[in-house]
Amino acid sequence: MSNYHLDHLQYLETEAIHIMREVAGEFERPAILFSGGKDSICLLRLAEKAFRPSDIPMPFLNVDTGHHFPELNDFRDRRAAQLGAKLIVRKVEDAIASGIATPAPNEISRNRLQIPTLLAAIEEFRFDCLIGGARRDEEKARAKERFFSFRDSFGQWDPKNQRPEIWNLYNTRVNVGEHMRAFPISNWTEMDVWEYIKREKLEVPTIYFTHSRQCVRRSGQWLPVTDLLPPKPNEDVRELNVRVRTIGDIISTGMIESPADDVDDILAEIAAARVTERGSRADDKSSEAAMEDRKKQGYF
Amino acid sequence: MSISAEPFESSAPIATPAVIDILRFNTCGSVDDGKSTLIGRLLYDSKSIMEDQLEALERSADLTGGGQINLANLTDGLRAEREQGITIDVAYRYFATPRRKFIIADTPGHVQYTRNMVTGASTANLSIILVDARAGVIEQSRRHTCIASLLRIPHLVVAINKMDLVGWSEARFNEIRAEFEKFLPRLDIKDVKFIPISALNGDNVVTLSDKTPWYAGPSLLGHLETVHIASDWNLQGFRFPVQWVNRPHNPTDPKLHDFRGVSGQIAGGVIRAGQQVMVLPGGNVTRVQEIHTLDGPIEEAFCPQSVTLLLEHDVDVSRGQMIIGMDDLPGAGMNLTAKICWMHQRALTPGRKFLLKHTTHTTQAIVTEITNRIDITTLEPNDAPSGLELNDIGEIRLRTAKPLVYDGYNTNRLTGSFILIEPGSHATVAAGMLLPPKSVVKPDDADFVI
Repeated sequence: MSNYHLDHLQYLETEAIHIMREVAGEFERPAILFSGGKDSICLLRLAEKAFRPSDIPMPFLNVDTGHHFPELNDFRDRRAAQLGAKLIVRKVEDAIASGIATPAPNEISRNRLQIPTLLAAIEEFRFDCLIGGARRDEEKARAKERFFSFRDSFGQWDPKNQRPEIWNLYNTRVNVGEHMRAFPISNWTEMDVWEYIKREKLEVPTIYFTHSRQCVRRSGQWLPVTDLLPPKPNEDVRELNVRVRTIGDIISTGMIESPADDVDDILAEIAAARVTERGSRADDKSSEAAMEDRKKQGYF
Repeated sequence: MSISAEPFESSAPIATPAVIDILRFNTCGSVDDGKSTLIGRLLYDSKSIMEDQLEALERSADLTGGGQINLANLTDGLRAEREQGITIDVAYRYFATPRRKFIIADTPGHVQYTRNMVTGASTANLSIILVDARAGVIEQSRRHTCIASLLRIPHLVVAINKMDLVGWSEARFNEIRAEFEKFLPRLDIKDVKFIPISALNGDNVVTLSDKTPWYAGPSLLGHLETVHIASDWNLQGFRFPVQWVNRPHNPTDPKLHDFRGVSGQIAGGVIRAGQQVMVLPGGNVTRVQEIHTLDGPIEEAFCPQSVTLLLEHDVDVSRGQMIIGMDDLPGAGMNLTAKICWMHQRALTPGRKFLLKHTTHTTQAIVTEITNRIDITTLEPNDAPSGLELNDIGEIRLRTAKPLVYDGYNTNRLTGSFILIEPGSHATVAAGMLLPPKSVVKPDDADFVI
């Protein structure tokens, strides 16, 4: 019977395809959140596996903070076009201009402001389910997340009152105005994601591989020098060979020094890594419960 | 616990297998029996705790723990949990060795226990029951074992922990083992392993300890890495609950104009191209023309693969129906008997109506009778109660608005299980396990039409 046995990637894949199809089968207006990052790249391949030769029966949605890496947006647009999908982009800038999102005095980060922008897009298109690429191994608040995560009419997550998930029977019921977030790759680790990218020969944005970039050292991290983040007069700017391990906004994503220039190099690097992927995200470090607080308000 | 920085090694010199698979397990235990310590030990010794996580642990230790690192903080992710020192819910943890990947469902041991353990156990290949060697088999050990048996977890490990505190006594180990084996025959567990460990010191957790020369078995991790799970899925009768009908709209490729596939995840058995199948309810018989995947057609597919089937005849098929093989037929009907775990504060009373989700099919259901409540420390049924309270397990009778095509939970966990959803609140209020059908579908029964 050993021929009838799945390896770990095949098991994770069939679990994720099942969730994708449950979304298509049980919701009227679903969408896939696609940023161009490695996790959502896997989501799109899983959508192809779930739905081809039909069109992927849901649009892609991205909230553009205005602080994205330009390489990421280019990749996002190109990949959506290749797949023949409808890509909806909603910008934090527009949300600020129309009063949907209000920055605090001197608030430079767009991290918090993505939340009202996303919730406004959900209302605008009356989405009843958003598929996201969040993984439980990323962060401990996410370790408690369900495959199908209920959001009330304010988009809030209530971790103390989650629906139990038993076997592969997902309760997808929502009332009008409420919605669901579905996370097909909940059980994938960072290593699984890269192994899948390798097995499926998936293209990823070039910033995941080593490249030369001007960086400044702040709070123990190398941040990329850009117009949004100019060096201060006394700061030492270095030209380094770096790559990203996880992608957030360009003003808060720590670059790691690395010679990795293909997927095999990245796999070797992760195998030897002694810090987690999110260790290079300043947005998660603000407090122990930073992710939990943002998730409760409607963040991914 | 104290952390010694011993490097991780595979537990025994066996070659890395060609195929790395996933073992899912859950850990059962109460607050003091060392469950968090054991998980911490497995994560730490497999290098799954990273430096920034250790730093975060150290930061929180300075604030709340009087300088002592608490590995439970690694699994207790939410602020409320850390503040109240409890675990709210099921948390999932991941680690890997060169031989296997592991998913741990970590469930807390307080009042909500039955509900959470049922949730964590429903997808597990294996359960670890932790027993404190000083206390021996207590009521909770019995309860955990009974739930594991009820959920039909294929493999069980009884980890007899804190062996250092009973002087590594073989006699004590055998005594506890004998006590366990006294009530095991009443349960339905095929594979049970007893392992003497000290989670705190790591003895017999990753590597075999020299303190137990009388113990001939593998270390805990060694067992987790090698236990045979390939036959945990049902490969007997073909079951294919239809999730989604795959029919391209306005395809540019003319070959796709007639493409009509049925997509789903195989819930039992094996299917080959050319094989005869039946669509239920309805009873239409046809053949599988092709097993379609994105990577091209395949000759054969098995549980739990996700595929798209192209059928020979253009029969009417939609989500919620089930395609089955012609041998090993399922049952079908609207009057059902099931064991359920009640998961909601509002008690279950006879006469209440719910939505019942079974495979990809959701229908209305009324609970006509609560037959008994099961004593979860012995699995003995008690007399008919007036209702089932939160965390109660009992047997009920149901009538559904549409027939279910199902198997007994004892033969197929995927086609023998259901959930009940409360209309209005949409709360998931029960997990159900169907008793075997009294009779199976008759293929030539033309009356079986909806």
